[in-house]
Amino acid sequence: MRPQKVVIIDYGVGNTHSVSNAIRALDYKVKISSDENLIKEADALILPGVGAFDEAMSNLKARNIDHILNEQVLVNKKPILGICVGMQMLATLSEENGVHNGLNWIEGKVVRFKLPDDFAVPHVGWNDIAFKNQGPLFERNDEHANFYFDHSYHFECAPEFVAASCNYGIEVTAAVQKGNIFGVQFHPEKSQTNGLKMFRSFIESV
Amino acid sequence: MLKKRVIACLVVKDGIVVQSIGFKKYLPVGKPAIAVEFLNQWGIDEIILVDITATKQGREPNFKMFRELSQKCYVPLTIGGGITKVEHVSELMHCGADKFSINKTALQTPEFITKTAHIYGNQCVVVSIDVLKGDDGQYRVYDYTTRAAIDKNPVQWAKEAEELGAGEIFLTSVNRDGSYLGYDIEMVQQVAAAVSIPVIASGGAKNALDFKKVFDNTGAMAASAANFFHFTEHSVVIAKTALVAKNSPVRLETYANYTENPLDSEFRVLKKEDKTLEEMLFMRIEKEII
Repeated sequence: MRPQKVVIIDYGVGNTHSVSNAIRALDYKVKISSDENLIKEADALILPGVGAFDEAMSNLKARNIDHILNEQVLVNKKPILGICVGMQMLATLSEENGVHNGLNWIEGKVVRFKLPDDFAVPHVGWNDIAFKNQGPLFERNDEHANFYFDHSYHFECAPEFVAASCNYGIEVTAAVQKGNIFGVQFHPEKSQTNGLKMFRSFIESV
Repeated sequence: MLKKRVIACLVVKDGIVVQSIGFKKYLPVGKPAIAVEFLNQWGIDEIILVDITATKQGREPNFKMFRELSQKCYVPLTIGGGITKVEHVSELMHCGADKFSINKTALQTPEFITKTAHIYGNQCVVVSIDVLKGDDGQYRVYDYTTRAAIDKNPVQWAKEAEELGAGEIFLTSVNRDGSYLGYDIEMVQQVAAAVSIPVIASGGAKNALDFKKVFDNTGAMAASAANFFHFTEHSVVIAKTALVAKNSPVRLETYANYTENPLDSEFRVLKKEDKTLEEMLFMRIEKEII
């Protein structure tokens, strides 16, 4: 079988190189691009993200990528994986630095942590996750696998879309899924073997 | 539950990873890219790489070296040394760094912390503080470029850095650096109690017990070691095995494991029991599939 083609969406922010290093290590073909034709030809898309929500969304819109993605993901049902802020952008809106609209693919909102006293914000480090829906994203991972998190805002959505959660004083959405739309709050590209296994599961599910 | 992080610090001098002793003596260890690859395979939680010659020589960070070594790094990577401009940070992010650390630059231009935190987020900014304990028993911030303590209290400076926007404090005891005497618990506790951002303890780790002591007795969220990871095969896995056995909340998920090996009081691995070895005779060990 030919290796799957993966396109990492390049919209000026995000740690695209770390993500492509990880995908390349798994022997898939990977390109970092915002080109409409390449996005159309891809077997799977990855929407990375680091930084603030509004900055990420406005960059995406400025390059007209939101329209291209709406067509590819909602109409053509192309699988997409959002990472960190990339996952938060799947939401209806975010309350980071004022209220900003997201892609509204998975209903819900991104809000700042309200945690018990002894929990620091941001939530930084390795935390173990509990599956609500193991497949296909976590098919190769063991229950309670640890992943690397680094965020101050989290995604509140309907329980039916939560694929995995972790505990940080409260229950935090660690992964979401709605059909062909996937998102993870943690950084699989920085979660060693567990992260690589998850990338493999996502791409092989295509 | 969030785990305590076991971090490896790579001290790089003139492009080579070195063993640093008391900020004075340096012994060569090897190439940075190879060290990163091994530490990653051995299940380290994070890597901090500090180029100690960049600032002293007044040159830019060695971007080419960082780009190369980050290719095999699938854990968070912090890079420090010679960062004086916002453009340096932006270029480091493109080279695969997740965070950057500043020491002298933060002391000289504290507003640099605020400026970069605003652009890249607080989580990205690590302020590194070196601390010297004087003969009078007082802790003072140490300036590695002049090799002298300055008139600044580390607790105050850490609080200031947090207010300015730092996301983490990388706290090194100069006295304990390379000494194998264990972390300076008192100093780490003072700083960790004063700030609400994560503190990474550094300087003096000899074995896993030192990690346990610093996790049990201070508010440090992470502990870093350099020298002790370099000279033993699977050093990270062995240290974490010992920590888990002693109920420290760390992540141990490597495929290779030492849970069946007895450990001595210094947490060195001993030979497996004869009975275990006998049972292993006909065991087929499969390679890990990712």
